[in-house]
Amino acid sequence: MVADDMAMIKFTALSFFIAANAQAFCGFYVAKGDAKIFNRASQVALVRSGDRTVMTMANDFHGEPKDFAVVIPVPTMITRDQIHIADKALIEHLDAYSAPRLVEYFDPDPCRLPSVAESITVAGRAGMRDEKRDKQLGVTIEARYTVGEYDILILSAAQSDGLETWLRQNGYTIPTGASEVLGSYIKQNMKFFVAKVNLREQAKLGYSYLRPISVAYESPKFMLPVRLGTVNAAGPQELFVYTITRKGRVEATNYRTIKLPSDIDVPLYVKQEFAPFYKALFSEQVRKENMSTLFTEYAWDMNWCDPCAANPLSRQELRTLGVFWVSNDPNSGGAADVFLTRLHVRYDREHFPEDLVFQETGDRQNFQARYVLHHPWTGDNYCDAADSYHASLRERQEKEARNVAELTGWNLDDVRKKITFASSDKKWWQTLWK
Amino acid sequence: MKRFDPRLYQIGALTLLLLYGLTALDFDTTWFRAALVIGAAIGAQWVCSRIWNVKFDPRSAAISGLSLALLLRSNSIVFLLAAAGIAISSKFAIRWRGKHIFNPTNIAIVALMIATPRVWVSPGQWGNVAFFGFLITCLGGLVVNRASRSDVTYAFIAAWSAVLIGRSLWFGEPLTIPLHRLENGALLLFTFFMISDPKTTPDSRAGRILFAVLVALGARYVQFKLFHTNGILWSLAACSLLVPIIDVLLPGGRYTWKQGGSSWSVSPQWRWHFVPGLLPRIRSAAFMSQRAMPRFSIARRRWRSSATAIAP
Repeated sequence: MVADDMAMIKFTALSFFIAANAQAFCGFYVAKGDAKIFNRASQVALVRSGDRTVMTMANDFHGEPKDFAVVIPVPTMITRDQIHIADKALIEHLDAYSAPRLVEYFDPDPCRLPSVAESITVAGRAGMRDEKRDKQLGVTIEARYTVGEYDILILSAAQSDGLETWLRQNGYTIPTGASEVLGSYIKQNMKFFVAKVNLREQAKLGYSYLRPISVAYESPKFMLPVRLGTVNAAGPQELFVYTITRKGRVEATNYRTIKLPSDIDVPLYVKQEFAPFYKALFSEQVRKENMSTLFTEYAWDMNWCDPCAANPLSRQELRTLGVFWVSNDPNSGGAADVFLTRLHVRYDREHFPEDLVFQETGDRQNFQARYVLHHPWTGDNYCDAADSYHASLRERQEKEARNVAELTGWNLDDVRKKITFASSDKKWWQTLWK
Repeated sequence: MKRFDPRLYQIGALTLLLLYGLTALDFDTTWFRAALVIGAAIGAQWVCSRIWNVKFDPRSAAISGLSLALLLRSNSIVFLLAAAGIAISSKFAIRWRGKHIFNPTNIAIVALMIATPRVWVSPGQWGNVAFFGFLITCLGGLVVNRASRSDVTYAFIAAWSAVLIGRSLWFGEPLTIPLHRLENGALLLFTFFMISDPKTTPDSRAGRILFAVLVALGARYVQFKLFHTNGILWSLAACSLLVPIIDVLLPGGRYTWKQGGSSWSVSPQWRWHFVPGLLPRIRSAAFMSQRAMPRFSIARRRWRSSATAIAP
């Protein structure tokens, strides 16, 4: 992304279900790692069934609104009524509902249990210039709309250098090398959805932030064009893709899609540092996989959650997001076929040379990225079981420290320093009068 | 000296790929499911051998089972068992002139993908990090095969590369894009273990090359016109239906898995089929006249005689 006195071009992506086998869950949800902790992360929601797609794009642009613009290749012509300005809260709700989460358990009194050795098993896997010059450049403005706070253009082009020139002349800063990428989309007969902020409309509406843009279209292409975003060398891009489909989990067909490590015991101090923990964990997994995979962070039937980092989206929210097969009628009964997949990818040109192509699978197994805290029992009952419990506690804490070091790449000694280890040789009388 | 049965190499190579997939690539399946589908395929082979009264040989069934374990995914064990059943029974039930029409793994996957949304194939599961390891493993198969029917593999990889590279050149895309598409484990598995199945490819070399090119063009249509995943699998199933026609137009010697060796032979009766031009053959196929049919009567006799000795 480039920002200067002209418009800022934000190149992002563009272009789709459930039987659960979860068991009862008895931990308490305590924290989540949402997308906000990643800098300049783009978030895209793709609602898809058959060839019908509703794509909602959001990003955490913090600059001057006049500097914002987005250019997205789209597979079909887009009319005014195919565009909707969404509520930012919708994407935030999706993010909160699907984010990796921290859950906690409290160890029971070892003296009141038949056996201390039993550990808790966790389930729930979890403006425009004159038309003549535009024609000379081979660029046709197919349509022009003002929707909400955005001025939107649908462009088609005959050649990439003409489009590049047109964009430059109209105040968009194009990174060097974009022409080649634009060219390949032109040859695939794709149109270009160009949006920038209409400052007057924005002032009228009174929003202090940029709302997500939703576009509905029909196309057999289930993909997200990410190549434009990799043209400039501003480092790797961070992208969250939320797909809402009917049959099951969504995965990439041209890159590996793997699950983020989950259901791992971590030390108690992670509760205070969950955001940096999740960030480091993700970076470490990206490094281990040579930045060549997409990570599934959540795959769940939207009718429920366990534990819930946030409530599932309501029918009304789903409809607004574009889930057209869900009835708007709050009285309509029955569970809706709504399966959410949250994919997280860090990508650059070298490791992700082609656009992301997706497929909907028949996989309806629920998955969530969750990390587990176990609070030691602090009672002072004395029994043989308590002795063996204390003896095992230190071992468990050491294991938790190693888990964190392995997941995040943090130095093991640094992790250990933050843990208050239990003393394994404490005698019963040492706590008797305390 | 006995020659090494190429199927044993294939079983070894596919087992290695499966172990690697389960341990290092986080394949979306379990050891139990993989073992189950392999066992089911061998079991189905045993049952079919009893029904059709032929000698039980688990080798081809093991290859089909391993291929299914590598490619097919489902939450339901029932569909995995059904896949093994369809794969093996298709070899016995769907035959033409003593050959089975479909590659067993291919027809099982395609039939289930048509029948239910609860199965899927993950072409992206291989990534491209270990691509060259896969490539070497697969190339080893060619060496063991002594290139007896490797022409279909070479022809397909050439045609598919031409499709991908040609498309990217036309769109002005960097060559990293077609290379990334070619560096795919699923593609290697398809090229070296599925389309090359000597029992389902055309009999003549010209026929096999034509077949490979048709499969590549079909895959291009599915993948880049319909924008449907797994274009090569759909295309192979569709093109397999053309093999009997290709065998009529371009006849050649029938392949046999020889005990302790692999070879294919052209019988003296069949060798003269290469001599006449293509045109009379098309004519005879079109009119099916008795006068122009001596070669077909030979074919029918061969079919009858081989019907009692099926060795899928």
